[in-house]
Amino acid sequence: MTALLDHRLVVVTGKGGVGKSTVAAALGLVAARAGRRTIVAEVARRGDVASAFDRAGARPFQEIELAPGLFHISIDPQDALEEYLRDQLPGGPIVDILARSRVFGLFAAATPGMRELLTVGKLWELAQLERRTPGADAYDLVVVDAPATGHGVAVLSAPRTFAAAAGTGPVARQGRKIDATLSDPRQTAVVAVAKAEELAVTETGELRASLRASMGLQLERVVVNALDADRFSAAEARELEPHVALPAVARALHGHRRALRQRAQVDRLAALCEQEPARLPLHPDGPDLERLADELAPQLDLAAAAP
Amino acid sequence: MTGVAARLEGKRVCIVAGSGGVGKTTASAAIALGLAASGKRVAVVTIDPAKRLAESLGLDELGNDPRQVDPALFAAHGVRMRGELWAMMLDPKATFDDLIARLSPDARTREDVLGNRIYRQLSNAVAGSQEFTAVAKLYDLHHEGGFDVLVLDTPPSRNALDFLDAPDRLTDFFEGRALKLVLVPTGIAARLMSRGTAIVFAILKRLTGVDLMDDIAVFLRALSGLMDGFEERAQGVKALLADPVTTFLIVTSPEREPVAEAIFFRGKLRDARMAFGGLIVNRVNVADGEVGDPRTVASELHAAGVRDELAAKVAASVAGQRRLAARDAASIERLKAELDEPDPIVVARLDGEVQDVEGLLALREQLM
Repeated sequence: MTALLDHRLVVVTGKGGVGKSTVAAALGLVAARAGRRTIVAEVARRGDVASAFDRAGARPFQEIELAPGLFHISIDPQDALEEYLRDQLPGGPIVDILARSRVFGLFAAATPGMRELLTVGKLWELAQLERRTPGADAYDLVVVDAPATGHGVAVLSAPRTFAAAAGTGPVARQGRKIDATLSDPRQTAVVAVAKAEELAVTETGELRASLRASMGLQLERVVVNALDADRFSAAEARELEPHVALPAVARALHGHRRALRQRAQVDRLAALCEQEPARLPLHPDGPDLERLADELAPQLDLAAAAP
Repeated sequence: MTGVAARLEGKRVCIVAGSGGVGKTTASAAIALGLAASGKRVAVVTIDPAKRLAESLGLDELGNDPRQVDPALFAAHGVRMRGELWAMMLDPKATFDDLIARLSPDARTREDVLGNRIYRQLSNAVAGSQEFTAVAKLYDLHHEGGFDVLVLDTPPSRNALDFLDAPDRLTDFFEGRALKLVLVPTGIAARLMSRGTAIVFAILKRLTGVDLMDDIAVFLRALSGLMDGFEERAQGVKALLADPVTTFLIVTSPEREPVAEAIFFRGKLRDARMAFGGLIVNRVNVADGEVGDPRTVASELHAAGVRDELAAKVAASVAGQRRLAARDAASIERLKAELDEPDPIVVARLDGEVQDVEGLLALREQLM
């Protein structure tokens, strides 16, 4: 099996509010520290049809270095479209005219699966050893901060869907090529982030099933985020019970019961996903990426990670 | 603390906004329940109900039209339902199709649009953002549903702004200048445009291998028949959002990102001159006043004969919970200042998730 950081693409997904973006960034940092030239790619925030042709304001579509060896990019389908046209067409003013044409944007957006395809096409491009973008250097790893659970699968399966619908033409061909990368477990890994809560755990189980059904991919790693401290053993809790009249003990036992409920959810998650999840503690004052990376690294399979 | 009930006095539409994962859906359900218990006929419109919560309300097959929740469920917990509680799960695609059907001047137009490949993709994409369909449904229910109050649980968007923009963006979309040029070909500019459009389609076809020309022609022809109705509807929806009977409640958790989102959204409401009805800070870790300072705790535990190693763990647990409570208190202060809301509704973090009638009643207790 390929070690997590030895893939070309690691796609991080999860339900809203579980800290998916933070975990993606921490994972990127782990990779950068391990000597991988890494980029964390955020899939555009406004996932709706309008953003495909809303041209107001410049968009961040730049690869920015955040830390040594760690880059970031925010991918917008409109920018991806322009870049793609520039790459495919002989160049010159026609690209500008097309890219600015609202009609073109509209119908590019209306073409089945086109938007997702453009997004995922850019992710794929970032992951190429020979970059299509002129003058761009290759990355060892692309960490994708993917949209919330359901949409994440939609983005991954877009090339396949598109290729099946279109059949012929350059985009369909490209779709098949991209799909070959995405559905190859040696090149692409999916990481799910969850909280130790009923709904988030259930959704992660559903994600695993739909990922397998639509892409034939496994959930490479599951990360439980924002866990309360789990301090007491069952024996210790029993030992404290007689002192529950003391407010401090009552508080501590209250915290213990909360930790037990979380433990039960983590166990459920482990059973659903058939693996021991990586655990990240709750950071009351907001996550510090360096620290999260410290906590995450030992829990990942980095055995074969030396570059 | 003024509860939600008092804040919704005289309101007929309550939109519950906030970032994902803060408990918007359960808050919406609890608010609707509270209003219904006090005698109102209430419908709660949700996007993605927690399965177990829906099941526990006997609504495991929520449809695109409101269904009444059996009052006996609450009677079993000693709560008398003086009004009526209705619930529905929004099906964006069905709502959009429904809208097209209503606006179509004739059956032919309706079939042409609904069966069109372009429409199907567009409606999926538009419905995918869910915001417009949510307000469109709200508009229908407001005008035809016969409810005293509607509570809308907004879509789990990363940016609540999408919701405020939705009617504008959609009108813009259907009214887009370029689209108009295609639809109403008059003059030289239009002829140039349509030639340009033909080139565009030719290139699209070359790239994608999908020939959209026929579909597009049918789509545009059919759509032109319902443009006016659509525009009117979007205006109506916009007016409803700004109407004095409508108010927005912002829900957040005390965590950093949702707090930032709440502050951002409050500003946008202000800019759009829409009513802000109040702030709900959910899942707050509350300090326990009875627990003494660390030294007192240590000596109490020692006196009670708790061995030192275990006492240290107790102290660590207390300190950890205190830090969380302090963070949450600081978040609330920040929200008060930034949102100009001196009296937010603070809901203590409940034990476990709200997924049954009992949990909902407990949440209602804290909210109303």
